[in-house]
Amino acid sequence: MFDSITICSDHHTTLHATHGQCYGLFMTLSVRNLKRLSLGPIDLDVVGGDIVALTGPSGTGKSLLLRAIADLDPNEGDLSLKDQKRETMTGPQWRKQVMYVPAHSGWWADLVEPHFEGANRSLVIDTLHRLDLESTALGWPVANLSTGERQRLSFARAVVHSPKILMLDEPTSGLDTDNGARMEKLISGYAQDGMGILFVTHDATQAKRLGTRQLTLKDGQLTEHPQ
Amino acid sequence: MTGTYIQLSYFDLALASVLLLLAGGLSIGLKLGLEKMLGIAAIRTVIQLSLIGLVLKILFQMVSPWWTAAAAVFMMALAGREAMARQTLKLRGGWSLGIATTSLMLAGTIVTTLALTTAIRPEPWYDPRFSIPLLGMVLGNTLNGVAVGMERLSATLKREKDAVEARLALGHERSTAVRPYIQEAMRAGLMHIINAMSAAGLISLPGMMTGQILAGVNPTEAVKYQILIMFLIAGSTSLGALSAVLAVSHRLSDNRERLRLDRFKP
Repeated sequence: MFDSITICSDHHTTLHATHGQCYGLFMTLSVRNLKRLSLGPIDLDVVGGDIVALTGPSGTGKSLLLRAIADLDPNEGDLSLKDQKRETMTGPQWRKQVMYVPAHSGWWADLVEPHFEGANRSLVIDTLHRLDLESTALGWPVANLSTGERQRLSFARAVVHSPKILMLDEPTSGLDTDNGARMEKLISGYAQDGMGILFVTHDATQAKRLGTRQLTLKDGQLTEHPQ
Repeated sequence: MTGTYIQLSYFDLALASVLLLLAGGLSIGLKLGLEKMLGIAAIRTVIQLSLIGLVLKILFQMVSPWWTAAAAVFMMALAGREAMARQTLKLRGGWSLGIATTSLMLAGTIVTTLALTTAIRPEPWYDPRFSIPLLGMVLGNTLNGVAVGMERLSATLKREKDAVEARLALGHERSTAVRPYIQEAMRAGLMHIINAMSAAGLISLPGMMTGQILAGVNPTEAVKYQILIMFLIAGSTSLGALSAVLAVSHRLSDNRERLRLDRFKP
Protein backbone atom coordinates (compact mmCIF):
# COMPACT_ATOMS: atom_id res chain seq x y z
CA MET A 1 0.00 0.00 0.00
CA PHE A 2 3.04 2.28 0.46
CA ASP A 3 3.39 3.58 -3.10
CA SER A 4 5.20 6.63 -1.94
CA ILE A 5 6.15 7.62 1.52
CA THR A 6 5.69 11.13 2.70
CA ILE A 7 6.28 12.29 6.19
CA CYS A 8 3.42 14.49 7.22
CA SER A 9 3.87 16.56 10.28
CA ASP A 10 1.63 18.91 12.09
CA HIS A 11 2.72 20.16 15.50
CA HIS A 12 3.40 16.99 17.48
CA THR A 13 2.38 14.35 15.03
CA THR A 14 4.29 12.40 12.44
CA LEU A 15 2.80 9.76 10.24
CA HIS A 16 3.49 7.85 7.09
CA ALA A 17 1.13 8.86 4.33
CA THR A 18 -0.09 5.96 2.26
CA HIS A 19 -1.32 8.14 -0.56
CA GLY A 20 1.58 10.50 -0.80
CA GLN A 21 -0.65 13.33 0.37
CA CYS A 22 -0.77 15.28 3.56
CA TYR A 23 -3.95 16.80 4.81
CA GLY A 24 -2.60 19.09 7.50
CA LEU A 25 -2.88 16.39 10.07
CA PHE A 26 -5.57 16.23 12.66
CA MET A 27 -7.32 19.37 11.65
CA THR A 28 -10.47 19.60 13.66
CA LEU A 29 -13.79 20.59 12.17
CA SER A 30 -15.77 22.12 14.98
CA VAL A 31 -19.50 22.58 14.65
CA ARG A 32 -21.34 24.47 17.41
CA ASN A 33 -25.00 25.36 17.54
CA LEU A 34 -25.65 24.52 13.90
CA LYS A 35 -29.24 25.31 13.04
CA ARG A 36 -31.13 24.81 9.86
CA LEU A 37 -34.81 24.39 9.18
CA SER A 38 -35.84 21.27 11.17
CA LEU A 39 -32.26 20.58 12.29
CA GLY A 40 -30.32 21.36 15.39
CA PRO A 41 -28.95 22.94 17.39
CA ILE A 42 -26.15 20.49 16.60
CA ASP A 43 -22.68 20.25 18.12
CA LEU A 44 -20.09 18.04 16.46
CA ASP A 45 -16.33 17.69 16.18
CA VAL A 46 -14.61 15.77 13.42
CA VAL A 47 -10.88 15.35 13.95
CA GLY A 48 -8.52 14.47 11.11
CA GLY A 49 -8.19 10.68 11.11
CA ASP A 50 -11.75 10.19 12.33
CA ILE A 51 -14.19 8.20 10.25
CA VAL A 52 -17.54 9.30 11.58
CA ALA A 53 -20.53 7.21 10.49
CA LEU A 54 -23.85 9.04 10.43
CA THR A 55 -27.00 6.95 10.44
CA GLY A 56 -30.65 7.68 11.07
CA PRO A 57 -34.11 7.15 9.66
CA SER A 58 -34.81 8.24 6.08
CA GLY A 59 -35.87 11.83 5.66
CA THR A 60 -34.39 12.87 8.96
CA GLY A 61 -32.02 15.36 7.34
CA LYS A 62 -28.65 13.59 7.21
CA SER A 63 -27.89 15.00 3.79
CA LEU A 64 -29.21 18.39 4.88
CA LEU A 65 -26.79 18.32 7.81
CA LEU A 66 -23.83 17.65 5.49
CA ARG A 67 -25.03 20.38 3.11
CA ALA A 68 -25.35 22.83 5.99
CA ILE A 69 -21.82 22.03 7.20
CA ALA A 70 -20.54 22.58 3.64
CA ASP A 71 -22.49 25.87 3.65
CA LEU A 72 -24.47 24.91 0.56
CA ASP A 73 -27.78 25.85 2.20
CA PRO A 74 -28.60 28.77 4.48
CA ASN A 75 -27.80 27.84 8.08
CA GLU A 76 -26.48 29.40 11.22
CA GLY A 77 -23.97 28.34 13.81
CA ASP A 78 -20.32 28.63 14.76
CA LEU A 79 -18.22 26.47 12.49
CA SER A 80 -14.47 26.46 12.30
CA LEU A 81 -11.66 24.42 10.88
CA LYS A 82 -8.52 24.33 13.01
CA ASP A 83 -9.66 27.46 14.88
CA GLN A 84 -10.32 29.35 11.67
CA LYS A 85 -13.92 30.47 11.64
CA ARG A 86 -16.06 29.71 8.65
CA GLU A 87 -17.20 33.30 8.20
CA THR A 88 -13.60 34.48 7.80
CA MET A 89 -13.44 32.47 4.58
CA THR A 90 -15.48 32.77 1.41
CA GLY A 91 -17.92 29.95 0.65
CA PRO A 92 -15.60 28.41 -1.98
CA GLN A 93 -12.54 28.61 0.32
CA TRP A 94 -14.46 26.77 3.03
CA ARG A 95 -15.87 24.15 0.66
CA LYS A 96 -12.42 23.40 -0.78
CA GLN A 97 -11.41 22.24 2.70
CA VAL A 98 -14.70 20.89 3.99
CA MET A 99 -15.85 19.04 0.92
CA TYR A 100 -19.21 17.42 0.33
CA VAL A 101 -19.79 14.54 -2.11
CA PRO A 102 -23.55 14.11 -2.65
CA ALA A 103 -25.21 10.75 -3.19
CA HIS A 104 -26.35 11.79 -6.67
CA SER A 105 -23.53 13.41 -8.54
CA GLY A 106 -23.91 16.33 -10.94
CA TRP A 107 -21.77 16.75 -14.06
CA TRP A 108 -21.18 19.98 -15.92
CA ALA A 109 -19.25 18.84 -19.01
CA ASP A 110 -19.80 16.16 -21.64
CA LEU A 111 -16.59 14.23 -20.94
CA VAL A 112 -15.15 13.05 -17.63
CA GLU A 113 -11.82 14.85 -17.89
CA PRO A 114 -12.93 18.51 -17.42
CA HIS A 115 -14.36 17.51 -14.04
CA PHE A 116 -10.81 16.96 -12.82
CA GLU A 117 -9.57 20.37 -13.95
CA GLY A 118 -6.98 21.88 -11.69
CA ALA A 119 -5.94 18.57 -10.13
CA ASN A 120 -2.50 16.98 -10.44
CA ARG A 121 -2.76 14.59 -13.37
CA SER A 122 -0.62 11.76 -11.98
CA LEU A 123 -2.58 11.95 -8.74
CA VAL A 124 -5.82 11.72 -10.72
CA ILE A 125 -4.64 8.64 -12.64
CA ASP A 126 -3.38 7.06 -9.43
CA THR A 127 -6.72 7.68 -7.71
CA LEU A 128 -8.64 6.20 -10.63
CA HIS A 129 -6.49 3.05 -10.48
CA ARG A 130 -7.18 2.70 -6.77
CA LEU A 131 -10.88 2.78 -7.62
CA ASP A 132 -10.33 0.10 -10.28
CA LEU A 133 -10.94 2.58 -13.09
CA GLU A 134 -8.66 2.82 -16.09
CA SER A 135 -7.00 6.11 -16.94
CA THR A 136 -8.94 6.06 -20.23
CA ALA A 137 -12.01 6.80 -18.07
CA LEU A 138 -11.02 10.46 -18.39
CA GLY A 139 -12.06 10.36 -22.03
CA TRP A 140 -15.43 8.73 -21.42
CA PRO A 141 -18.64 10.62 -22.09
CA VAL A 142 -20.48 11.29 -18.83
CA ALA A 143 -23.78 10.22 -20.43
CA ASN A 144 -22.44 6.66 -20.79
CA LEU A 145 -21.32 6.24 -17.17
CA SER A 146 -22.98 3.59 -15.04
CA THR A 147 -24.25 4.43 -11.56
CA GLY A 148 -21.21 2.82 -9.98
CA GLU A 149 -18.80 4.63 -12.29
CA ARG A 150 -20.46 7.96 -11.52
CA GLN A 151 -20.16 7.28 -7.83
CA ARG A 152 -16.48 6.35 -7.99
CA LEU A 153 -15.60 9.22 -10.31
CA SER A 154 -17.42 11.78 -8.20
CA PHE A 155 -15.50 10.49 -5.17
CA ALA A 156 -12.24 10.71 -7.14
CA ARG A 157 -12.80 14.27 -8.40
CA ALA A 158 -13.23 15.37 -4.77
CA VAL A 159 -10.32 13.56 -3.07
CA VAL A 160 -7.78 14.68 -5.69
CA HIS A 161 -8.17 18.17 -4.22
CA SER A 162 -7.10 16.84 -0.81
CA PRO A 163 -9.79 18.37 1.38
CA LYS A 164 -9.15 18.43 5.13
CA ILE A 165 -12.61 17.10 5.87
CA LEU A 166 -14.50 14.90 3.41
CA MET A 167 -18.25 14.42 3.77
CA LEU A 168 -19.61 11.47 1.84
CA ASP A 169 -23.31 10.87 1.29
CA GLU A 170 -23.84 7.10 0.94
CA PRO A 171 -20.47 6.53 -0.74
CA THR A 172 -21.06 2.86 -1.57
CA SER A 173 -24.80 2.81 -2.31
CA GLY A 174 -24.38 2.26 -6.05
CA LEU A 175 -21.40 -0.08 -5.87
CA ASP A 176 -21.13 -3.86 -6.09
CA THR A 177 -19.48 -5.82 -3.26
CA ASP A 178 -15.94 -5.65 -4.69
CA ASN A 179 -16.03 -1.99 -5.47
CA GLY A 180 -17.75 -1.27 -2.16
CA ALA A 181 -14.93 -3.02 -0.28
CA ARG A 182 -12.35 -1.17 -2.38
CA MET A 183 -14.03 2.15 -1.60
CA GLU A 184 -14.09 1.39 2.14
CA LYS A 185 -10.41 0.49 2.11
CA LEU A 186 -9.64 3.72 0.28
CA ILE A 187 -11.66 5.79 2.74
CA SER A 188 -9.74 4.20 5.65
CA GLY A 189 -6.49 5.01 3.87
CA TYR A 190 -7.36 8.68 3.50
CA ALA A 191 -8.31 8.82 7.16
CA GLN A 192 -4.95 7.29 8.12
CA ASP A 193 -3.30 10.06 6.14
CA GLY A 194 -5.09 12.58 8.33
CA MET A 195 -8.26 13.40 6.43
CA GLY A 196 -11.36 13.68 8.57
CA ILE A 197 -14.27 11.67 7.17
CA LEU A 198 -17.97 12.10 7.88
CA PHE A 199 -20.16 9.69 5.97
CA VAL A 200 -23.85 8.91 5.75
CA THR A 201 -24.90 5.28 5.52
CA HIS A 202 -28.09 3.25 5.81
CA ASP A 203 -26.11 0.10 6.50
CA ALA A 204 -25.58 -0.43 10.23
CA THR A 205 -22.91 -3.05 9.68
CA GLN A 206 -20.99 -0.70 7.37
CA ALA A 207 -21.24 2.01 10.03
CA LYS A 208 -19.63 -0.37 12.54
CA ARG A 209 -17.09 -1.82 10.11
CA LEU A 210 -15.85 1.43 8.58
CA GLY A 211 -16.62 4.05 11.22
CA THR A 212 -14.31 4.86 14.09
CA ARG A 213 -17.20 6.79 15.62
CA GLN A 214 -20.94 6.39 15.19
CA LEU A 215 -23.59 9.04 15.30
CA THR A 216 -27.33 8.88 14.85
CA LEU A 217 -29.46 11.77 13.67
CA LYS A 218 -33.03 11.63 14.90
CA ASP A 219 -35.59 14.40 15.28
CA GLY A 220 -32.95 16.94 14.33
CA GLN A 221 -30.61 15.87 17.14
CA LEU A 222 -27.31 13.97 17.06
CA THR A 223 -26.46 11.22 19.51
CA GLU A 224 -23.09 9.49 19.67
CA HIS A 225 -22.83 5.79 20.41
CA PRO A 226 -19.86 4.62 22.42
CA GLN A 227 -17.79 2.11 20.41
CA MET B 1 -40.55 63.64 -48.69
CA THR B 2 -40.40 62.57 -52.28
CA GLY B 3 -43.74 60.85 -52.72
CA THR B 4 -47.28 61.64 -51.72
CA TYR B 5 -48.97 60.40 -48.62
CA ILE B 6 -52.33 58.69 -49.27
CA GLN B 7 -54.79 59.17 -46.46
CA LEU B 8 -57.02 56.26 -45.49
CA SER B 9 -60.73 56.80 -44.96
CA TYR B 10 -62.82 54.78 -42.48
CA PHE B 11 -64.45 53.19 -45.51
CA ASP B 12 -61.02 51.80 -46.55
CA LEU B 13 -60.68 50.20 -43.12
CA ALA B 14 -64.17 48.72 -43.31
CA LEU B 15 -63.21 47.24 -46.66
CA ALA B 16 -60.10 45.63 -45.13
CA SER B 17 -62.25 44.17 -42.34
CA VAL B 18 -63.89 41.99 -44.98
CA LEU B 19 -60.68 39.93 -44.85
CA LEU B 20 -61.27 39.46 -41.14
CA LEU B 21 -64.79 38.23 -41.88
CA LEU B 22 -63.23 35.78 -44.32
CA ALA B 23 -60.89 34.51 -41.59
CA GLY B 24 -63.85 34.21 -39.21
CA GLY B 25 -65.84 32.34 -41.85
CA LEU B 26 -62.97 29.92 -42.36
CA SER B 27 -62.81 29.34 -38.63
CA ILE B 28 -66.50 28.51 -38.49
CA GLY B 29 -66.37 26.38 -41.64
CA LEU B 30 -63.36 24.36 -40.48
CA LYS B 31 -64.59 24.27 -36.86
CA LEU B 32 -61.37 25.84 -35.58
CA GLY B 33 -63.22 27.60 -32.77
CA LEU B 34 -61.16 30.74 -33.29
CA GLU B 35 -63.92 33.12 -34.46
CA LYS B 36 -64.64 34.53 -31.02
CA MET B 37 -60.96 35.10 -30.23
CA LEU B 38 -60.41 36.65 -33.65
CA GLY B 39 -63.33 38.99 -33.12
CA ILE B 40 -62.23 40.09 -29.66
CA ALA B 41 -58.64 40.59 -30.82
CA ALA B 42 -59.79 42.68 -33.79
CA ILE B 43 -61.98 44.87 -31.59
CA ARG B 44 -59.11 45.26 -29.11
CA THR B 45 -56.80 46.33 -31.93
CA VAL B 46 -59.26 49.01 -33.07
CA ILE B 47 -59.93 50.36 -29.57
CA GLN B 48 -56.34 50.24 -28.30
CA LEU B 49 -54.80 51.77 -31.40
CA SER B 50 -57.48 54.49 -31.61
CA LEU B 51 -56.84 55.41 -28.01
CA ILE B 52 -53.07 55.47 -28.43
CA GLY B 53 -53.58 57.55 -31.59
CA LEU B 54 -55.48 60.12 -29.56
CA VAL B 55 -52.93 60.07 -26.73
CA LEU B 56 -50.03 60.50 -29.15
CA LYS B 57 -51.81 63.34 -30.92
CA ILE B 58 -52.23 65.20 -27.63
CA LEU B 59 -48.66 64.41 -26.53
CA PHE B 60 -47.23 65.61 -29.84
CA GLN B 61 -49.15 68.89 -29.59
CA MET B 62 -48.00 69.58 -26.05
CA VAL B 63 -44.25 68.87 -26.52
CA SER B 64 -43.99 68.90 -22.72
CA PRO B 65 -40.88 67.30 -21.16
CA TRP B 66 -42.94 66.15 -18.16
CA TRP B 67 -45.78 64.55 -20.10
CA THR B 68 -43.28 62.92 -22.46
CA ALA B 69 -41.32 61.55 -19.50
CA ALA B 70 -44.56 60.31 -17.90
CA ALA B 71 -45.53 58.50 -21.09
CA ALA B 72 -42.04 56.98 -21.32
CA VAL B 73 -42.16 55.74 -17.71
CA PHE B 74 -45.62 54.31 -18.27
CA MET B 75 -44.43 52.43 -21.38
CA MET B 76 -41.39 51.06 -19.54
CA ALA B 77 -43.51 49.92 -16.60
CA LEU B 78 -45.90 48.12 -18.96
CA ALA B 79 -42.95 46.48 -20.75
CA GLY B 80 -41.55 45.34 -17.40
CA ARG B 81 -44.88 43.81 -16.46
CA GLU B 82 -45.08 42.02 -19.79
CA ALA B 83 -41.52 40.62 -19.42
CA MET B 84 -42.40 39.41 -15.92
CA ALA B 85 -45.65 37.82 -17.08
CA ARG B 86 -43.70 35.74 -19.61
CA GLN B 87 -41.63 34.08 -16.85
CA THR B 88 -42.70 30.57 -15.93
CA LEU B 89 -40.29 30.66 -12.97
CA LYS B 90 -40.76 33.84 -11.00
CA LEU B 91 -38.60 35.09 -8.16
CA ARG B 92 -40.20 35.66 -4.78
CA GLY B 93 -40.82 39.13 -3.42
CA GLY B 94 -41.45 40.86 -6.75
CA TRP B 95 -37.85 40.47 -7.88
CA SER B 96 -38.78 39.28 -11.38
CA LEU B 97 -40.85 42.40 -12.00
CA GLY B 98 -38.20 44.60 -10.40
CA ILE B 99 -35.35 43.16 -12.43
CA ALA B 100 -37.27 43.18 -15.73
CA THR B 101 -38.50 46.77 -15.27
CA THR B 102 -35.14 48.11 -14.12
CA SER B 103 -33.26 46.47 -17.00
CA LEU B 104 -35.76 47.78 -19.54
CA MET B 105 -35.64 51.29 -18.07
CA LEU B 106 -31.85 51.28 -18.01
CA ALA B 107 -31.41 50.01 -21.57
CA GLY B 108 -34.38 51.92 -23.05
CA THR B 109 -33.42 55.24 -21.47
CA ILE B 110 -29.72 55.08 -22.32
CA VAL B 111 -30.19 53.98 -25.93
CA THR B 112 -33.12 56.25 -26.76
CA THR B 113 -31.48 59.29 -25.18
CA LEU B 114 -28.25 58.54 -27.02
CA ALA B 115 -30.07 58.27 -30.36
CA LEU B 116 -32.04 61.49 -29.75
CA THR B 117 -29.04 63.55 -28.71
CA THR B 118 -26.47 62.28 -31.20
CA ALA B 119 -28.06 60.81 -34.34
CA ILE B 120 -31.57 62.23 -34.82
CA ARG B 121 -31.25 65.48 -32.86
CA PRO B 122 -34.81 66.87 -32.99
CA GLU B 123 -35.53 70.28 -31.47
CA PRO B 124 -36.15 70.01 -28.48
CA TRP B 125 -34.25 66.71 -28.10
CA TYR B 126 -37.13 65.04 -26.22
CA ASP B 127 -39.73 65.99 -28.88
CA PRO B 128 -42.36 63.27 -28.31
CA ARG B 129 -42.93 62.87 -32.07
CA PHE B 130 -39.44 61.32 -32.19
CA SER B 131 -38.79 60.09 -28.66
CA ILE B 132 -42.01 58.13 -28.07
CA PRO B 133 -42.05 56.03 -31.27
CA LEU B 134 -38.31 55.46 -30.92
CA LEU B 135 -38.67 54.30 -27.32
CA GLY B 136 -41.59 52.11 -28.34
CA MET B 137 -39.57 50.28 -30.97
CA VAL B 138 -36.55 49.93 -28.71
CA LEU B 139 -38.64 48.71 -25.76
CA GLY B 140 -40.70 46.24 -27.79
CA ASN B 141 -37.57 44.44 -28.92
CA THR B 142 -35.58 44.78 -25.69
CA LEU B 143 -38.54 43.32 -23.84
CA ASN B 144 -38.16 40.19 -25.91
CA GLY B 145 -34.44 39.86 -25.14
CA VAL B 146 -34.93 40.53 -21.44
CA ALA B 147 -37.84 38.07 -21.09
CA VAL B 148 -36.11 35.29 -23.04
CA GLY B 149 -32.78 35.79 -21.26
CA MET B 150 -34.32 35.73 -17.77
CA GLU B 151 -36.50 32.74 -18.56
CA ARG B 152 -33.63 30.76 -20.09
CA LEU B 153 -31.28 31.39 -17.16
CA SER B 154 -33.92 30.45 -14.57
CA ALA B 155 -34.92 27.30 -16.42
CA THR B 156 -31.33 26.12 -16.99
CA LEU B 157 -30.21 26.78 -13.44
CA LYS B 158 -33.19 24.81 -12.17
CA ARG B 159 -32.54 21.96 -14.59
CA GLU B 160 -28.76 21.94 -14.01
CA LYS B 161 -28.98 22.33 -10.22
CA ASP B 162 -26.93 19.19 -9.55
CA ALA B 163 -24.19 20.25 -11.96
CA VAL B 164 -23.94 23.75 -10.49
CA GLU B 165 -23.93 22.46 -6.92
CA ALA B 166 -21.35 19.80 -7.80
CA ARG B 167 -19.01 22.62 -8.79
CA LEU B 168 -19.85 24.70 -5.74
CA ALA B 169 -19.27 21.68 -3.47
CA LEU B 170 -15.82 21.25 -5.01
CA GLY B 171 -15.02 24.84 -4.08
CA HIS B 172 -15.53 26.47 -7.48
CA GLU B 173 -16.60 30.09 -7.35
CA ARG B 174 -20.17 30.87 -8.33
CA SER B 175 -19.02 32.98 -11.27
CA THR B 176 -17.26 29.91 -12.72
CA ALA B 177 -20.15 27.61 -11.89
CA VAL B 178 -22.86 29.71 -13.57
CA ARG B 179 -20.86 31.22 -16.45
CA PRO B 180 -21.92 28.64 -19.09
CA TYR B 181 -25.58 29.19 -18.21
CA ILE B 182 -25.23 32.98 -18.38
CA GLN B 183 -23.67 32.62 -21.82
CA GLU B 184 -26.49 30.35 -22.94
CA ALA B 185 -29.14 32.76 -21.64
CA MET B 186 -27.49 35.70 -23.39
CA ARG B 187 -27.31 33.78 -26.67
CA ALA B 188 -31.01 32.99 -26.40
CA GLY B 189 -31.84 36.61 -25.54
CA LEU B 190 -29.92 38.05 -28.49
CA MET B 191 -30.95 35.47 -31.07
CA HIS B 192 -34.09 37.40 -32.04
CA ILE B 193 -32.30 40.62 -32.98
CA ILE B 194 -29.43 38.72 -34.66
CA ASN B 195 -31.97 36.89 -36.81
CA ALA B 196 -33.83 40.10 -37.54
CA MET B 197 -30.65 41.83 -38.68
CA SER B 198 -29.61 38.82 -40.79
CA ALA B 199 -33.00 38.53 -42.50
CA ALA B 200 -33.56 42.28 -42.94
CA GLY B 201 -34.08 43.21 -46.56
CA LEU B 202 -33.86 39.65 -47.85
CA ILE B 203 -36.69 37.80 -46.19
CA SER B 204 -38.41 40.62 -44.38
CA LEU B 205 -38.92 44.32 -45.00
CA PRO B 206 -38.82 45.82 -41.53
CA GLY B 207 -42.05 47.52 -40.45
CA MET B 208 -40.69 50.96 -39.81
CA MET B 209 -38.96 51.17 -43.18
CA THR B 210 -42.10 49.96 -44.92
CA GLY B 211 -44.09 52.57 -43.03
CA GLN B 212 -41.76 55.37 -44.08
CA ILE B 213 -41.87 54.24 -47.72
CA LEU B 214 -45.68 54.16 -47.62
CA ALA B 215 -45.57 57.67 -46.19
CA GLY B 216 -43.65 58.77 -49.25
CA VAL B 217 -40.06 58.76 -47.99
CA ASN B 218 -37.30 57.94 -50.46
CA PRO B 219 -36.36 54.27 -49.90
CA THR B 220 -32.64 55.01 -49.45
CA GLU B 221 -33.52 57.48 -46.69
CA ALA B 222 -35.90 54.98 -45.11
CA VAL B 223 -33.13 52.37 -45.18
CA LYS B 224 -30.79 54.69 -43.27
CA TYR B 225 -33.38 55.11 -40.57
CA GLN B 226 -33.97 51.38 -40.44
CA ILE B 227 -30.26 50.64 -40.03
CA LEU B 228 -30.07 53.17 -37.22
CA ILE B 229 -33.06 51.53 -35.51
CA MET B 230 -31.57 48.04 -35.92
CA PHE B 231 -28.36 49.17 -34.25
CA LEU B 232 -30.26 50.89 -31.46
CA ILE B 233 -32.32 47.76 -30.88
CA ALA B 234 -29.22 45.53 -30.91
CA GLY B 235 -27.49 47.79 -28.38
CA SER B 236 -30.51 48.07 -26.16
CA THR B 237 -31.31 44.35 -26.29
CA SER B 238 -27.71 43.45 -25.34
CA LEU B 239 -27.65 45.94 -22.50
CA GLY B 240 -31.12 45.03 -21.20
CA ALA B 241 -30.66 41.26 -21.48
CA LEU B 242 -27.20 41.39 -19.90
CA SER B 243 -28.31 43.41 -16.90
CA ALA B 244 -31.43 41.26 -16.42
CA VAL B 245 -29.53 37.96 -16.74
CA LEU B 246 -26.77 39.08 -14.37
CA ALA B 247 -29.31 40.36 -11.87
CA VAL B 248 -31.25 37.07 -11.92
CA SER B 249 -28.01 35.12 -11.53
CA HIS B 250 -27.06 37.33 -8.60
CA ARG B 251 -30.46 36.90 -6.99
CA LEU B 252 -30.26 33.10 -7.35
CA SER B 253 -27.06 33.12 -5.33
CA ASP B 254 -25.97 34.78 -2.09
CA ASN B 255 -22.90 36.14 -0.32
CA ARG B 256 -21.80 32.59 0.64
CA GLU B 257 -21.87 31.74 -3.08
CA ARG B 258 -24.64 29.16 -2.76
CA LEU B 259 -27.27 28.34 -5.35
CA ARG B 260 -30.56 29.72 -3.97
CA LEU B 261 -33.33 28.09 -5.99
CA ASP B 262 -35.52 28.55 -2.89
CA ARG B 263 -35.86 32.14 -4.08
CA PHE B 264 -38.18 31.00 -6.85
CA LYS B 265 -41.88 31.20 -6.14
CA PRO B 266 -43.21 27.70 -5.48
